Amino acid sequence: MPNSSVHTAESAHEEHPAYLRHHFNSTEQQADAAGFAMWLFLLTEVMFFSGLFTAYLIYRNWYYPAFVSGSHQLNVVWGTTNTVVLIFSSFTMAMGVWCAETRRRRGLVLSLTLTFILGLGFLGIKTIEYREKIEKHHVPGFHYSMQSFLDPQSDPEVYAEYHDKPLVPDMARHTELYFSLYFLMTGMHALHMIIGIGILGFMILRARAGAYTAGHVTFVENIGLYWHFVDIIWIYLFALLYLISRHQ
Amino acid sequence: MSEHTIVSLPDQATARIPKDNYITRENGLLSWLLTSDHKRIAILYLISITFFFFIGGALAGLIRLELLTPQADLMATDTYNKVFTMHGVIMIFFFLVPSVPATLGNFFIPMMIGAKDLALPKINLLSWYLYMTGGLLALYTMTVGGVDTGWTFTTPLSTHYVNTNVLTTGLAVFVAGFSSILTGLNFIVTIHKMRAPGLTWFRLPLFIWANYAASILMVLGTPVLAIAIVLVALERTLGIGVFDPTKGGDPLLFQHLFWFYSHPAVYIMILPGMGVISEVISNFSRKRVFGYTAVAFSSVAIAVFGFFVWAHHMFIMGISNYAVLVFSLLSMLVAVPSAIKIFNWSLTLYKGSITFETPMLYAFGFIGLFTIGGMTGVFLGTSGTDIHLTETYFIVAHFHFVMVGGMLMAFLAGIHFWWPKMTGRMYPEKISQLAAVVTFIGFNLTFFPQFILGMLGMPRRYAAYPPEFQILNVFSTAGATILGVGYLLPVLYLIWSLRYGAIAGDNPWQATGLEWQSQSPPLTENFAEIPVMDHEAYDYEWLEKQQKEKGVASAE
Amino acid sequence: MNHISPVIWQFLVKWMTNFALLPPEASKIAPQMDALLFFLILVSLIGLTIVVLLVVSFSILYRKKRHPVAVQVEGSTLLEAIWTIIPLGLFLVMFVWGALIYFRVYTPPVNAMNIYVVGKQWMWKVEHPGGQHEINALHVPTGRAVQLTLISQDVFHSFSIPAFRVKREAIPGRYTTVWFEATTPGTYHLFCTQYCGTNHSQMIGDVVVMTPEEYRKWLTRSDSGASLAQDGERLFASLSCAACHNARPDARGPSLANVYGAKLSLSSGGTVIADEAYLREAILNPSQHITQGYAPIMPTYQGQISEEGVIALIEFIKNLNSDYRVEQTINTTDMLPGSEGAAKGGKTPAAKGPAQNGKVKP
Repeated sequence: MPNSSVHTAESAHEEHPAYLRHHFNSTEQQADAAGFAMWLFLLTEVMFFSGLFTAYLIYRNWYYPAFVSGSHQLNVVWGTTNTVVLIFSSFTMAMGVWCAETRRRRGLVLSLTLTFILGLGFLGIKTIEYREKIEKHHVPGFHYSMQSFLDPQSDPEVYAEYHDKPLVPDMARHTELYFSLYFLMTGMHALHMIIGIGILGFMILRARAGAYTAGHVTFVENIGLYWHFVDIIWIYLFALLYLISRHQ
Repeated sequence: MSEHTIVSLPDQATARIPKDNYITRENGLLSWLLTSDHKRIAILYLISITFFFFIGGALAGLIRLELLTPQADLMATDTYNKVFTMHGVIMIFFFLVPSVPATLGNFFIPMMIGAKDLALPKINLLSWYLYMTGGLLALYTMTVGGVDTGWTFTTPLSTHYVNTNVLTTGLAVFVAGFSSILTGLNFIVTIHKMRAPGLTWFRLPLFIWANYAASILMVLGTPVLAIAIVLVALERTLGIGVFDPTKGGDPLLFQHLFWFYSHPAVYIMILPGMGVISEVISNFSRKRVFGYTAVAFSSVAIAVFGFFVWAHHMFIMGISNYAVLVFSLLSMLVAVPSAIKIFNWSLTLYKGSITFETPMLYAFGFIGLFTIGGMTGVFLGTSGTDIHLTETYFIVAHFHFVMVGGMLMAFLAGIHFWWPKMTGRMYPEKISQLAAVVTFIGFNLTFFPQFILGMLGMPRRYAAYPPEFQILNVFSTAGATILGVGYLLPVLYLIWSLRYGAIAGDNPWQATGLEWQSQSPPLTENFAEIPVMDHEAYDYEWLEKQQKEKGVASAE
Repeated sequence: MNHISPVIWQFLVKWMTNFALLPPEASKIAPQMDALLFFLILVSLIGLTIVVLLVVSFSILYRKKRHPVAVQVEGSTLLEAIWTIIPLGLFLVMFVWGALIYFRVYTPPVNAMNIYVVGKQWMWKVEHPGGQHEINALHVPTGRAVQLTLISQDVFHSFSIPAFRVKREAIPGRYTTVWFEATTPGTYHLFCTQYCGTNHSQMIGDVVVMTPEEYRKWLTRSDSGASLAQDGERLFASLSCAACHNARPDARGPSLANVYGAKLSLSSGGTVIADEAYLREAILNPSQHITQGYAPIMPTYQGQISEEGVIALIEFIKNLNSDYRVEQTINTTDMLPGSEGAAKGGKTPAAKGPAQNGKVKP
C-alpha cells in the first residue's frame, strides 16, 4: 500500500490551520463535533442531577413541613444575590464568547476575568452560608441538631421572620433529610463551579496569549455552554431549596 | 475459495504482512500507552478485558466448585458471598459493558464510516485509563477483603449491615462508569458528524446502528448509577438517611435509581453483540440482512423502551399493583424488537450461500441461546410467574443465557470475524470450530439445569442448599469445566496465530464493509484514500464487480 | 419392553416419575400458576422450534455447495408484520394472564386469617395471633385463606414457599402482605430468597401444612400462654399509652376502640383506612397521622419498640373492636379441640381466647 496519506498530509499542512486535528476533514467539522460532544456531555450531567431531583421530589412530598422549616433556615438574601451573581456571570461569559468570535482579545480576557471573579464570589457566598450551617449544627451526620425546629424561638433571627410553629420530633428529624439534599445538591453544583472556575483560569492565561481570538473559538464556546448549564442548575436549586413556602 | 468456505487467502509463498501498519508505525511501550489511535486503544482494551474476564471466570469456577456439594464446605459463607459479588461486578462492569464497544467498536466504527479516527481520540484514551483505574481498584479491593453485598448493592444491607469494602468497590464502579459514558459520547458524536461523503444513515452497517443505540443508553443511563453510588457512599459514611426508614428515607428509592441504570445496562451489553451478529450472518450467507430497516429501527426501539421497564426487577418488593401492571406491559413491548431481529437474521439465510466458518458457528449459537434467554425473560416480565421464579436460579439461568450464551458468543464471533483485519493473520479453522462447539455444549450443560433448579425453587446466592438440588448442581459444575476449556482454547490459538497463522490479506472473508477495503492490519490513518460510499451496505453485487475490476484471483 | 434391560427400565421409570420440574403443588394458586408456566414453556418451545427449524433447514438447503449464488432478498413487510404482531399478541396474552394471577396472589380475601412474619438476619419469626411463636417454621391449616403480614427488622429478606408458588419481600419500614390457601398436608421448603448477608443460605425452614384437626391440636400444644393481643395489652400499659388513649371525653388522644378498619379523617386533610400499615405508622411516625381534632403531641416510639412489639400492639388494637373480637372468637373457637364447627351467633367461648377485657378502662 503506498503511503500516499503521509504525502498528502504534508502538502496539506499549509492549507489548513494548525489547530485542525488530522482526523477531521475541516475546521467546520471539528467545531461541529466538539459542540455536539459538549451538548451530549451536558445531557449526562442533567441525568446525574436527576437522581438527586428525584429524591428531593419524593421526600418533599412526604415531609413537607420539615422541608418548609428547613428552607426557612436558608438566607434568601444570600441566595438571591448568588442567583444574580451567576446570571450576571453567564452574561459576561456570553460576552466573552462574542469577543472570541469577533477576535477582541482584550475584551475576551476582561469578560473571562469578570466571569472568574463572579464565580469566586458565588463560592465565597456559599462558604458564608455553609459556615453558618455548620455553626448552627445543621450539617447532617453526627453533630446534627434539631433544636431549631423543635423550638423555633431558640433561633431568634429565623423566628422573627417566619414565626414557625414547633415541629413534633418525628417530623423534625426529617429536616436532616432536607439538609442532606441541600448539601448534596448545592455541593455537587459547587463542585461543578470549582471545575468551571479552574478551567476559566486556564482559559484566561491562554486568552491573553491570543489562543482564542485567531479563529479557533470552539473551546470558549463549549466552556460557555458548560457555564450556562451550571447557571441553569443553580436557578432550579435556588427555587427548590430556598423558596419553599416563604409566605405561610 | 472452495465449495465449503468463502475464505480467500493470498498466496502464502509471496504474501507478507504490510510493513507499515498501525502496529509497526511507532514502537515502544509509551507509544501504546499514550496513543490516540483508536485501533491501538482497542487493542489495549482487548488485552485488559480478556484479563478481567479470566479473573471473573476464575471466581465463577470457585462458585461452581462450592455448589458441587449441598453444604457450604469449600469456603466460609462470607467468602462465598464475596466471590459471587466480585464475579458479578467484574463480569458486568469490567467485561460485558466494554466488551464489544471498547474493542470492536473502537477499532471499526471509524473504519466502517470512512473516518480516520473517532471524534475525540484523547477522550478515548482517557476512557481506557478510567477503565483501568476502576478495574485495578476493584482488584485491589479483592486483596483487602472484598465486598459481599452482591453486585446490586441493595440498601440497607450495603449501607448499614456489612463491614466490607463497599466504598472502594463503589468508587471502582463509578470510575468505570465514566469510562463508559465517555466511550458512548465519543461514538455518538463520531457517527453523527464523521461519516464519509455519500454515507447516509440507512447505508450504515447494522453494527453501527447497534453501537449507536447502546451509546445512547450509556450516555443517558450511567450517570444515574453514578448518583446512586454517591448516595450509598454518603449514607454509609455520614448516615444522611436518604435510604434509612428509621430516618424517614426509603430503601426502595435506591433500587429505583439502581435499576434505572442497570436495566438499560443489559441492553448496553447485548446491543453491540447483536450488531456483530448482523455483520456475521450477512457475510457468511452472502446476503444483505433481511429487513435492514426493521433491524436498524429495532435497535433504537430496544434502547428507547429499555428505559421504561426498570421496575420489573422489583415486582415483589411491595410496589403498587398498578405499577406492576405498567412495567409488565412495557416489558412485553421491549421483548418484541428482539424477536424481530431473531426472525430477520433467520430469514437472511433464505436463498443465501451459506458457509460455516467459526464466526458463523458462534452466530448460530447466539441465535439459539439468545432465543431461549429472551423467552425466559418474558417468563419473568409476566408478573404472575415472576412471583415464583424471581430470586431463584431461574433468574441466574436467564441472564447467563442472554449474556453468556448471547453476548459472549457474539463477542467471540466478532473477534474471530475481525481478527484477520486487526492482526493480518488467520487462525487455524478446525480448532476454532471445535472450540465453538465445545463452548456451546459446555454452556448448555452449565446453565440449562439452572432453569430447572429455579423452577424447583432453589434460591440464588446460596452457598448451601437442600440435598435434592445436588444432581442438577453437579451437572452445572461439570458443564462449567467444559465451558472453561471452550474459552481457554481461543486464547491459545489466537495468540499462536499472531506468529504462525496464515497471512490473511485485505479481505479474506470477501466482506462488503468499508473496513475491509484497507490493508490488514490497517494503516494508522486507516485508509490511503477515503473511498466514496455510493452503494448500500451489504452490497455483494458491488463487491463482486469491484473484485472483477481488481482482478482478484480465486484461490484454490 | 423385554428387550430393554429391566434395570434400566426401572431406573427410567423411577427417574421420570420422581424427577419433577416443579415443586409439589400445595396451594390453591399453584395449579393456576403452573398452567401459565406451561403455556409459557409451550410458546417458548414452539418459538424455539420455529427458529431452529428455519436456521437448520436454510443452512442445509442453501449451503454453499448446494446453492453457490446468493439471491438478494430485500425484505418483506408482510413477514415483518407477522412476526411483530404474533409475538406481541402472545406476549399480551401472557401479560394479562400473569397480571390476573399477580393480583390474585397479592389481594388477600377479607376472611383470611392473618399471621405475622418478622424477618431478621438470619431467621424468620412467625407470630400467630393466638400467641404461638415459631422460628423458621410456619404451621398452617388446609382449607383456610392465610394472609402473611411481613416486615423486616433489618435488611431486605424474601419469604418464599416454592410449593405454594408464593414469595414476598420483607422490607424494613413497612408491612407487605401475601396470601395463600394450602391444599395438601405435608412439609415444604421455606427459603429466604433475597440476599441478606452472611447466613442468607441458612435462613431456611419448613412450612408444615396440617389438616384442620391437626392444626387445632398444634395450636393448643404450642400456645405460649399469651396471645399477641395479650402481649400487646401488657405493652400498652407499660408504655403508658392509656395516658392519652382512653375513653375519657377530655382525652388527649382518640379512643382506640373500633378504630381498626375504620375510615379516619386526618388532620392533614384526607381520609385513610386504619389498617395494620396505618397503625404501625401511627405508632412510629405519629405526626403525619394525626386524627382530625387532636393536637399533634403524640411522641414517636421509634427505637423504643421492636417490630414484634408493634405487631403485638396492633393485635391488641384490633381486639378492641367488639365486632371483630366476636368474629375472631368464633373463628378461633372453630380451631379449638372439641368444637364441632361452632354455629354462628354470639356464643361466648369457654376456652381460652383473646383478652376479654378489650375495653380500655375509662
